[in-house]
Formats: sequence, structure tokens, C-alpha cells
Amino acid sequence: MPTKIEKDSVTGTQTTGHEWDGIKELNTPLPTWWIYVFYATIIWSVGYVIVYPAIPWFTGHTTGVFGYTARGDVAKQIAAARAAQGEWRAKIEQASLEDIAKDPELQAFALAGGKTAFADNCAPCHGTGGAGGKGYPNLNDDDWLWGGSLKQIYATLQYGVRADHAETRQSDMPRFGVDGMLNREQVNDVAEFVLSLSGKSTDAAAVKRGQPLYVENCVPCHGEKGEGNRELGAPKLNDHIWLYGGDKASVAQSVHAARRGVMPAWSGRLDDVTLKQLAIYVHSLGGGQ
Amino acid sequence: MDAASGTLATTRATPDYDFGVVRLFTIAAMAWGIAAFLVGVVVALQLAFPALNLDLEWTTFGRLRPLHTSAAVFAFGGNTLLATSLYVVQRTCRARLFGGHELARFLFWGYQAFIVMAGVGYLFGITQSREYAEPEWYVDLWLTLVWVVYLVIFVGTLARREEPHIYVANWFYLGFILTIAMLHVVNNLAVPVSFLGAKSYSAFSGTRDALVQWWYGHNAVGFFLTAGFLGIMYYFVPKQAGRPVYSYRLSIVHFWSLIFLYIWAGPHHLHYTALPDWAQTLGMVFSVMLWMPSWGGMINGIMTLSGAWDKLRTDPVLRMLVTSVAFYGMSTFEGPVMSIKAVNALSHYTDWTIGHVHSGALGWVAFVSFGALYFLVPALWNRQRLYSTMLVEVHFWIATIGIVLYITAMWVSGIMQGLMWRAYDSLGFLQYSFVETVLAMHPFYVIRAIGGVLFLTGALIMAYNLWRTARGDVREAERTGGADVAPALAAAH
Repeated sequence: MPTKIEKDSVTGTQTTGHEWDGIKELNTPLPTWWIYVFYATIIWSVGYVIVYPAIPWFTGHTTGVFGYTARGDVAKQIAAARAAQGEWRAKIEQASLEDIAKDPELQAFALAGGKTAFADNCAPCHGTGGAGGKGYPNLNDDDWLWGGSLKQIYATLQYGVRADHAETRQSDMPRFGVDGMLNREQVNDVAEFVLSLSGKSTDAAAVKRGQPLYVENCVPCHGEKGEGNRELGAPKLNDHIWLYGGDKASVAQSVHAARRGVMPAWSGRLDDVTLKQLAIYVHSLGGGQ
Repeated sequence: MDAASGTLATTRATPDYDFGVVRLFTIAAMAWGIAAFLVGVVVALQLAFPALNLDLEWTTFGRLRPLHTSAAVFAFGGNTLLATSLYVVQRTCRARLFGGHELARFLFWGYQAFIVMAGVGYLFGITQSREYAEPEWYVDLWLTLVWVVYLVIFVGTLARREEPHIYVANWFYLGFILTIAMLHVVNNLAVPVSFLGAKSYSAFSGTRDALVQWWYGHNAVGFFLTAGFLGIMYYFVPKQAGRPVYSYRLSIVHFWSLIFLYIWAGPHHLHYTALPDWAQTLGMVFSVMLWMPSWGGMINGIMTLSGAWDKLRTDPVLRMLVTSVAFYGMSTFEGPVMSIKAVNALSHYTDWTIGHVHSGALGWVAFVSFGALYFLVPALWNRQRLYSTMLVEVHFWIATIGIVLYITAMWVSGIMQGLMWRAYDSLGFLQYSFVETVLAMHPFYVIRAIGGVLFLTGALIMAYNLWRTARGDVREAERTGGADVAPALAAAH
């Protein structure tokens, strides 16, 4: 089609004179604001390229006016953060757990740090609020397996439970059913007796049959009345609190196969200052002794 | 299906266009679009309610997510690009497709085979784990062949054109086809582990691999989802508005500046990573300079309506097209802002990125596609008008509300997430744990899913409308209407 420049009646602008499938084009000049903003971004970019590392070369690149590097920047920020906490961390490192707990300022710092460390490391099992769940102890109550004093909590944190550490908290309840020490009926009777310790049994005859079995097999660790033993990590059986469920089937399963839950040893994963903060924090959750 | 009317001679008045293949691509675009939006709704719900992963390996988020993105970008977007480009290149060149009937059919079925091979692979866990380039080597080789055929057909048609000049839409389409070919080949350079196995290893490693991937990833957005769709805009907006393109000069300047600048901007996806500082700087400044070249397209799209603004009231198809250009302008402003390192430090890895992508994908890509498909179906099936303009109106509002819910939810969620991650208490400890940020995002995930459901609903209404249009139906209530219900469509043809 031959070039045929027309004047658009709406805008008064001329067309380019071309047409494709009925589409024409106006020959409107570039909007002034558009071109100036475009120039401004280019000028800004040139400036940025001068100030910051930008142009690569065979042996390196331009380093910019301030010698900025992202790594250097991060190192500076981390150093500043460390320095800001340095005084407190040094104090915690030196102080005993009891001293930390007695000094309100030091305790406040430890609680804040402990909360963060807890959220990142402990919450996946024990819950964000420390309420625990099946197999993971509630840290808000005073029902402690291995003791609820600052020292005991600190030791559990350091060495873990049944963990890969020489000092780990270790206790292995026998697998009475699996290993054939008690038969099916006996496991059932012992479980019924255990339930009777918290007044929950429904089968008096089974309780009666279970009592001598309990005395023979369970008393050494769990005590005559099911009062437990923190030295051995043996849970209380008479307080309505169940780590693996308090219904008959769950208790029988615990007798049958034992549970043997595991908590990692955190010594070596977290530094000692953090572990002390965690001990203070967990102790503060409500059950500290 | 084929439009061949029996006239072999391509006369100046009525070239013997191949619209049959355009019809096939149009149907495929609509069908894959619904699939893409449906899977999108599913993955959005999975994020809000993880139980919907169903504990089956094939239905987990990790496998469905690439299914969604590939279906949206390559199946819906790709088929729309193929349909419109093959239509536009014929109409604006006054030439039948180069290569004949069979080559065009190979392109159609070959491209669908690529989509199916890729999607089935994802469900079975076959992936390169490269974002937007997940298909493994055998699918990549197949797509390369199909793409070369596309290039041959397109360039061949341009070469046999009857018009003295090449229309601007075709510059953008050609830029898209050529650059995608280059990106696809380089990013997928890989060594298969065995001839009969699906697994391969990238030719690049470490930071270089990441840089090549994001050079590809960013320009998949720049050339597939931007340049290609600007081609759509440059044909369908002036056609639907019945007005000349606003500025020929602007189209030249913004085309070349866009093409030149886009290709360097990829490193902004790797801010604050192992990528050297100098590369991050360059990626950022090229992204900032890209702002005005992108807006050049928006200006040309919107200002083409000068003298036709009143049509926005009565023509929901035109309104859809113009809204898409507005979303294009918004997300191409947001992009450069997010590429600035100080902003990126907050936005990166958060939902803000997801919101940004979707203001582009739903607002720009999908809306301009919808507008083009609403234009194409009556044209391709020789109908006077759409089955129902009222249903387009309904689609427009439902989808717009869906988009607004989606992107505002992601803005709030993303910025909140970024702020929570970096919040310190007065003693210098992080204030929130990761899981607390997840918990805080949950309501916004639900809102996002609702937005997605609305968007999908709109697309289903559209599919019904297009199907009835192709059948030649006109909605009862609109049958006797005058100018108010039968907008520029009929006049545009």
C-alpha cells in the first residue's frame, strides 16, 4: 500500500502513512516527561556504578568510591550486633545460673535470648509455648522427668536424653512384652494397676492380679505408689500426666515396648551462653524448681 | 476446522489465510488456561491447608507448583502467543503462513506434546529443578525442534509479506521468538546421565549456574511474558479501540531500549547471594533503567484510546485490554523498585515476590490474553459478535476483584513476613521465630486462595461464552440490542 500521510481528526496529529490490516500509526513525538525520566534513571545508574563495585575487568572489577562489599557489610553488622550484646554475654558466661536468676537485668537478657533460641531450636518438638505434645514433655508444668532445678534443666539441655553424648541422660525401661518378660495378660494387668495409682482403673480383678507384678518389676524405678524417680528419669505414674497417653491401650503399649524418647545433646551445637539462657528461659516457663 | 475456502490464488483483496491452526491454538489456550488456574487454586489452598497435599507424592506442593507455573506460562501464555502471533502475522503481512498446512499442524501438535511431556514428568518427579525450565533434557530437545519450526513459519511469513513495512507487533513477536530460542538453548545445556534415563546435569555449576538460570528466568518474563504480549497489545488494542497507535516513534524507541536493557537485568534475582557484588550492581541498574522503556509500551497502549475513551463504558473487552496495560504499568514500576538492593533486602524470599509476579501474570498477561481471545473467537468462527457482552462484563469484574484480593493479600503478607524476619528486640535478639511468621501469613493465604477461585470462575464463564460464540449463538436478552450491547466488535471486523 502506498504511503499516505493523513491528519488524525481527533488528535490533530499526522499518521505515518502506513496501514496494516486497518491499523494506522500516529507520528506523535516522544512524551517529554518520559524521555527525561528515562535520562534521569540512566544518570542515576551511572552514579551508582561509580559509587558501588560494578565494572568487571580481567583481573577484578571496579570497587567503587567507598570500597563497599556485601560480605564486609554483613561482617560489620554482625560485629556491631555482637558488640552490643558483648557485655551481657560476658557476664552470663562468668555468672552461675543462680547468680543470673538473682540479677534482674541479667535475667531479663537471658530470658530474651532464651526465648529466641527456644523458638529456633526447641519449638519444633516442645511447641512455641513449650506445651509439648505426645512424646514431647510439657515444659510449663512441674512434672519433670529429669528434674526442674536450673542445674538439672541445664544438664538435660547440654547432654540430651538417650543422645549421642558421653554424659547423656540414660534410662532404659525394659520392653516387658517385646522381650518376653511378661505375657499379654500380665502386661494388661500391670497397666490396669498403673491406672489404679491415679484412680482410673475399671477392672478391680485385673488390678489385684497386676499388683504383685508391679511390685516385682516396676517399683525399683517408679516407686511403690508410682511417685517416680528423677535420678533415674522414671516418670511419676500417679499424677494424671501422661507423656504417651493415659488410656489403657497406651499405658499397656508403654509396658509392652517401652518408649525411650530421645532429645539431642545441645552442647557443641549451641554455645554455652545460649545454653545458660535456655536453661533460665525454660525454668521460667512455669515449672521451675 | 480449516479455513481454506478453496481459493488457491492469494489475491490482494483476500489472501487465503490459514486460520485453522489459529483456531486450534485458541482452543488450546482457553483449555490450558483453565487447567493452569485450577492447579493454581489447588496449590494456593495447599499452602493455606497443608492437609490438601493428600500425603501422596504426586499431589504434593513441590510437584504441583511447577505444573501450575508451566501451565500458566507455557501452556496458557504460550498457546495464546502462538494463536495471536500466527493470526497477526498473516493479517498484517497480508500473507498466508509460510510452510503450508502440515508444518503449521506439526507446530500445534508438537507444542501440545511438549506441554504434556513436561507436565507428566513433573507429576512423576522428573525435573531439572530450574525455575520455569523444569523439563528434562528430552523435553528440551523436542521443544527446540518445535521452536525452530515456529521461527521458520514466522520469519517465512514475514518474508513473503505484501506490505512494505513490518508492523510493530511483529517486531515484538520476533524478538520474543528469537530470544526465547537463545535462552532456552543456553539455560538447558546439560549432560544426560544415560540415553534411556530422564536425569541430566547442568553444564554449569555453582554461582555460574545460578546466574545462567536467572538470566533465563528473568528474560522468560521479559521476552515470553512481556515482549510477546506487547505484540498482542499492539494489534488487539488498536483493533478493538478502532483508533491508530498513539506513537510510532515511541514504539521504536521503547522496543529497542526494552530489548537491549531487559537481557542484563537477571542478576537482581540473586541480590545478597554468592554472586559477585559487581554483577549485582549491574543487574540492579539495568533493572532501574528498564522502567521507562517498559512504560513506553504502557503509554502506547493506553494513549491509543485517545478519542475512544467512551468505549470503555460499553465495551468490556476493550476495558479488559486497557486494564491489562494498566497492570503492566504497575508491575513494571514495582519490578525496578524491588530490584533496588535496599528494597530487595526486605522483599526477597517473601510473598511480595509472589504478589508481584501475579500482578503481572493475572493482571497483564492473562487480561491481555482474555481480550485477544474475546476478539479472536468471533473473527475466527465468522461470527458477528460474542454470545454475550454481559458475560464479559461479569468476567471482567469477577476476575478484577480476584486479582485485587490476590495481590493485596500478598503485599500485606510479604511485607509483614519481611519485617517479622528482620525484627529485633531492644536487647538485640530476633523477635520472631520462623514458625510465627508462617502462622501470621495464614489468613492472607486464605484470601489469596479466594482471589484465585474468583479468577478461575471468571475464566470458566469466559470459556462458556466463547463456546457459545463459536457455535454461533447470541444470548436471548442481547439479541435485539443496539449500540449499548453490541460494541465495536462487529465494526472492528
